[in-house]
Amino acid sequence: METIVFSLLNGVIYGLLLFMLSSGLTLIFSMMGVLNFAHASFYMLGAYFAYSIMGVTNFWIALIFAPVLVGLVGAAVEKWGLRRVHANGHVAELLFTFGLAYLIDEVVKILWGRNAVDYRVPEILDFPLFELFGAQYPAYRVFILLVSVAMLAALWFILNRTRAGLIIQAALTHPHMVGHLGHNVPRIFMTVFGVGCALAGLAGVIGGNYLVTDPAMAVQMGPIVFVVVVVGGLGSLTGAFLAAMLLGLMQTFAVGIDASFADMFGWLGLSATSEVGSITIASLAPMIPFLMLVLILMIRPRGLMGDREL
Amino acid sequence: MQSYEHLAPSRAVKIRQRFVPFVVMALVLAVIPVFDPSRTMYSLMAAMGINIVFALSYNMLLGRGGLLSFGHAVYFGLGGYAALHAMNAIDAGDSAFWGNYPVFMLPVVGFAMGALAGAIIGWPSCKRSGVPFAMISLGVAELVAAAGYMFGSFFGGEMGVTGDRMVGPQLFGLSMGPVEDVYWFIAFWTFVGTLGIYAFTRTPIGKMSEATRDNPERVQFVGYDPNRVRYLVFIFAGAFAGLAGGMAAVNYEIFTPESVSLIPSGLVLLMAYIGGIRYFTGPIMGAILLTYMQSMLSDYSEAWLLYLGLLFIAIVMYAPGGVAGIVFGLLDIFRHDGTREVLTRRVKQAVGVALAFTGLVILTEVAVRWSNGYGEVFEPFGLHLGIDTPLSWVLIVGFFAAGFVTLRLTRNKEEGAA
Repeated sequence: METIVFSLLNGVIYGLLLFMLSSGLTLIFSMMGVLNFAHASFYMLGAYFAYSIMGVTNFWIALIFAPVLVGLVGAAVEKWGLRRVHANGHVAELLFTFGLAYLIDEVVKILWGRNAVDYRVPEILDFPLFELFGAQYPAYRVFILLVSVAMLAALWFILNRTRAGLIIQAALTHPHMVGHLGHNVPRIFMTVFGVGCALAGLAGVIGGNYLVTDPAMAVQMGPIVFVVVVVGGLGSLTGAFLAAMLLGLMQTFAVGIDASFADMFGWLGLSATSEVGSITIASLAPMIPFLMLVLILMIRPRGLMGDREL
Repeated sequence: MQSYEHLAPSRAVKIRQRFVPFVVMALVLAVIPVFDPSRTMYSLMAAMGINIVFALSYNMLLGRGGLLSFGHAVYFGLGGYAALHAMNAIDAGDSAFWGNYPVFMLPVVGFAMGALAGAIIGWPSCKRSGVPFAMISLGVAELVAAAGYMFGSFFGGEMGVTGDRMVGPQLFGLSMGPVEDVYWFIAFWTFVGTLGIYAFTRTPIGKMSEATRDNPERVQFVGYDPNRVRYLVFIFAGAFAGLAGGMAAVNYEIFTPESVSLIPSGLVLLMAYIGGIRYFTGPIMGAILLTYMQSMLSDYSEAWLLYLGLLFIAIVMYAPGGVAGIVFGLLDIFRHDGTREVLTRRVKQAVGVALAFTGLVILTEVAVRWSNGYGEVFEPFGLHLGIDTPLSWVLIVGFFAAGFVTLRLTRNKEEGAA
């Protein structure tokens, strides 16, 4: 029971972080067809910017300004980089962002060093909020939960209840029609790209001190973000949300399960000392996202809730 | 009836394009040891040979087949592992087959293993193309990389699998011990690999793979199954990557699970693309350039990966033809008359790029030394360029400005001409 409750809580928080990270990419991908390899790099930038801003001022200013800065960097990348490559097709765009991820990694290493920086949870949030089954639950995790939910609500409101959101939604599915109606589609693209990157940056700000802030964080998160987007389906934020939750819960639960293949398939004669038998479910946790990715692409290329095939 | 024979390349063109380059390549490979290269040069050339075959095999997918893969190192790694296990079987000498198998022929084992892995993994992944294919290859690469640390008996855990190449029967009198012997081994297989991949592009399946890249629908109309074509190409690409892996197994005598991870997969993508995926020789140039950068530039600058990333982005943005595209473009200019203006413009562009790049190098080198915090200072040509020296910033801004102005001038002229 204890494990289940804790796994559930942590899984939901991890899932929400994943969703925040990938919601921007889903928007970008559905609209522009760009699978942004550097998206997780913007997440990393968010964490590092927040760390630097926090060094000068405090966490709350970082919480606002770091994502804005990341968004501006993203918009600049779209305007002066991606737009030029666009004419050469989607593969060229993918390669451009691939190179960009390389570049951001190296720049981060130069500016902030190769080792993890000491980006900490602000003191005001660094206390146990409640006690559950004799274990304390940190307040910061609940803070992550609140920020994510607030962001989720804001995103939903902007997309569904404002004029800008309507245009973005229209551009998701019918970019040419939106262009014909006289909207400046390149500028919409730039805005969405910037906002998407800012969301990734926000995830970095609140996730960087919850997890670790080091130059490897982009490489670790990058492929998982793809999985969320692909599994969720093209053009569907709901799908991305479901996929992120599913992934977050599955990974956290898998880590909590203390069973091996031998325990599960012992009735087939699999011995616990054999190589396959000794593999534990917990050690499979990092593989789950990629297994899902491959299976979804093979069985259901539209993803969970996608409106068209990838 | 209309005859198309006059459209076919003449015998002279065929010889010049398909025969002479390989004779030249064989001659170059044969002549290199005459100059008595140092040990460092030998090991550098061995790495180049391996990467040439690897990058060429990658280009069978990306350039010829239009399939962007993020997991090509899987086949390289599996081929290498198979070759190493075979090497250890030769060493043990238990079975009659392995006991008589020369180490020189180990890349064949890698080839077979690469083909097998390609046949198994390619079967699900080749049902899709484009971005879905790229994503599947990424997922598979992550899965195999994770499995690498899980199945110790094949991948050898963190330590990897090691072997000894000086075992078994000798072929061509090569003991495989000294670097000179290994050179002949690498040279032979680089040549065979290059020839094999070139020969593949001349086969009907090679031609169909290009057709599938350009227009899969039409391929279907003329009676081919695009998925089947992709699948076959995938198997061969995996096989040649495995061949390169077998070469690496003999050269380094060690393989670790890192070799199947995303990092080498990304590197081979960079090699092929920077070299130029639209030309057969592109990946060869890319492999030579990047291997050189990897071993030489990393001695000079810690930030060589940054330069690599910049080079890659610059190629993607401004020269999709890659290094090969630039080289052949220049050759074209020299070959045709009345292109003096084009040439001057190219020279001006090159000067502009060089100026801006110099500024960037100064900025990077100053920043890297500042970031390390050892108090080291960038001192090119006796200058003292620290982070707080005004001269550094003057030079950085000056070079950047000069470069951009030069580039802007050439662009204005281009627009004026058009």
